[in-house]
Amino acid sequence: MPEVAFWQGNEAIAYGALAAGCRFFGGYPITPSSEIAEIMAEELPKVNGRFIQMEDEIAGMAAVIGASIAGLKSLTATSGPGFSLKQENLGLAYMAEIPVVLVDVMRGGPSTGLPTKIAQQDVMQARWGTHGDHGTICYSPASVQECYDITVKAFNAAERYRQPVLILSDEVLGHMREKVVMKKLDPTQLVNRKRPNVVPEKFIPYLADPKDDLPCMASFGDGYRWHVTGLTHNDWGFPTNNPEEIEKKMKRLMRKIDRFRDDIVEYETAFTDDAEILVLAYGSVARSSLSAVNEARSRGIKAGFFRPVTLWPFPDKEVEKLARKIKTIIVPELNCGQMVLEVERAVHGRSKVVAQSLVDGELFKPDQIFKVIEEVA
Amino acid sequence: MPGQEVVSWLRTRFFPHIWCPGCGHGIIMHSLLRALVTLDKKQSETVIASGIGCSSRMAGYIDACTVHTTHGRSLGFATGIKLAKPELTVIDVMGDGDCSAIGGNHFIHACRRNIDITAIVMNNNIYGMTGGQASPTTPVGSMATTTPYGAIDPSFDICKLAEGAGASYVARTSIANPKQAEQYIMKGIQKKGFSVIEVLTHCHTTFGRRNNRKTPIDNVNFFKANTVPLSKAKDMCEEDLVGKIVIGEFVDKDVPEYTAQYLSLIERVRG
Ligand SMILES: Cc1ncc(C[n+]2csc(CCOP(=O)(O)OP(=O)(O)O)c2C)c(N)n1
Ligand code: SF4
Repeated sequence: MPEVAFWQGNEAIAYGALAAGCRFFGGYPITPSSEIAEIMAEELPKVNGRFIQMEDEIAGMAAVIGASIAGLKSLTATSGPGFSLKQENLGLAYMAEIPVVLVDVMRGGPSTGLPTKIAQQDVMQARWGTHGDHGTICYSPASVQECYDITVKAFNAAERYRQPVLILSDEVLGHMREKVVMKKLDPTQLVNRKRPNVVPEKFIPYLADPKDDLPCMASFGDGYRWHVTGLTHNDWGFPTNNPEEIEKKMKRLMRKIDRFRDDIVEYETAFTDDAEILVLAYGSVARSSLSAVNEARSRGIKAGFFRPVTLWPFPDKEVEKLARKIKTIIVPELNCGQMVLEVERAVHGRSKVVAQSLVDGELFKPDQIFKVIEEVA
Repeated sequence: MPGQEVVSWLRTRFFPHIWCPGCGHGIIMHSLLRALVTLDKKQSETVIASGIGCSSRMAGYIDACTVHTTHGRSLGFATGIKLAKPELTVIDVMGDGDCSAIGGNHFIHACRRNIDITAIVMNNNIYGMTGGQASPTTPVGSMATTTPYGAIDPSFDICKLAEGAGASYVARTSIANPKQAEQYIMKGIQKKGFSVIEVLTHCHTTFGRRNNRKTPIDNVNFFKANTVPLSKAKDMCEEDLVGKIVIGEFVDKDVPEYTAQYLSLIERVRG
């Protein structure tokens, strides 16, 4: 692999996955994500990994969960319609606590929508798309370099917290070319799931360490035998109707993310120290937003910039803190107003929140956002 | 009484099981366990995958590497496991709804790929778990809660489906002949490729009750009276075969297997 490359976002995700130790890809082609599958088809056999094109996204999701249970770090990638199809099995991965990474390269919806156009309409689906309560870890890259770096992080988070981790990219980012520098990753920068350190006879598959709420995971074929199920289960992994066991499992599923919230949450800021107006944006829109904020600054407007890198958990505490001294928060999004609801929740009315939505299949131009900054200034 | 070796494959700590007394699924589990014992399989190297349904609960009762997945999707999970670790013995147990309704697409593609997984289809002609709704194998005219005036849509022949889609071993028997089920399952496991063993079974609770086969014994008698071995069926005319179910081995061929093909692809690519 070259040390510096000129890649599309989708390529960066594929090579980031390989660098993170991904050795299995299962999926189904869909624009604008297909390049990820195509690169994995070419590269995985070279590292003794496995690629399989399944019959649909449902099976693609199933296959990566299966491969992860058998011990391989696994990736699947899709877009809108495929993301919808994956939801049921994604839920099984949450319930059974199976690490996998799922990339959704967002395009316009609903339904088949706009296969070749950018949108950010899946951000709430990423949080709540599968039925039932669960903690979500979802990253949102804003550059090709970050597509690479975040994919490594996503695998690490999946392995550490034993659950699916989502990456929401978008059509522009997926197909845009930028320089990527591949930092050398030494093995200490790669996380591997906690393995059991007891003999197979003593292995209790969902018995979590109270210190981190995370159970150890054995792989099929490693001498341990255990039961994986999407049914609510007890520490033995066996289905239960016992109210105490049910609550124990559900509370731990939420807690294992909640307690590490500060380790997981990532964000980026610019000019926030004296800002009176804040533009909060993610993904490709963050780039237009930062340009608009720079423009505002050059004209003496006290504008600042905030970019959640993790959409979920959302950096709510951090946004709330900023909101105490900010007059207006503008939230430009390529949807009809989704993350803005989360921003409103976070700021508790401490500042005015203005939604700016664009759903014409195009990316915001900086001056469109600058105009709104000017209006509220 | 099952032998001690068979019992050692059971997670008795998880009993009582959910099956109704007299349900045919237990007979199939016994046949499967006897096959695994005879083949001297190791529990920690044997994977049992299943979907959702009464039949699919079987995975939980077997003390092996077990995965109880989503309705109809078990073959997707099993495919991921098998491709990740081809050295594992992978068996997929499923109901007729799992296999031929919600999971029909996965089933035909597993057959087409000819991946080395043994699929055991427990065909009770009904959705047992959800209380007796019609399945794609409910015979025309039969009563189910969703066909209160009798089923009007033709049913699937799972073995023909598997044969047409490319499985390398396809056989059918019934719970009236557990020894034969055991033999077919054994051959399926030994076959390098995708094997389908359809075992006709009963849900006296939801299907039998509405279709004049109230007790488990009524159902065993029904299978005894209405199944015809393939060897015999070959010499029978179409008229005589009306209402009969042909049992036997329909396909037994050696064709390239998916994971072997993939491993040789890796070798080719890596030079
Ligand atoms: C996506 C989804 N749809 C529907 C169900 C409800 N459901 C559970 S089991 C089942 C049918 C089971 O029938 P079959 O596969 O024939 O197995 P049996 O219970 O008869 O052994 C259905 C429809 C489900 N669990 N998931
Ligand atoms: S409902 Fe039918 S299929 Fe389910 S356990 Fe009872 S008899 Fe068996």
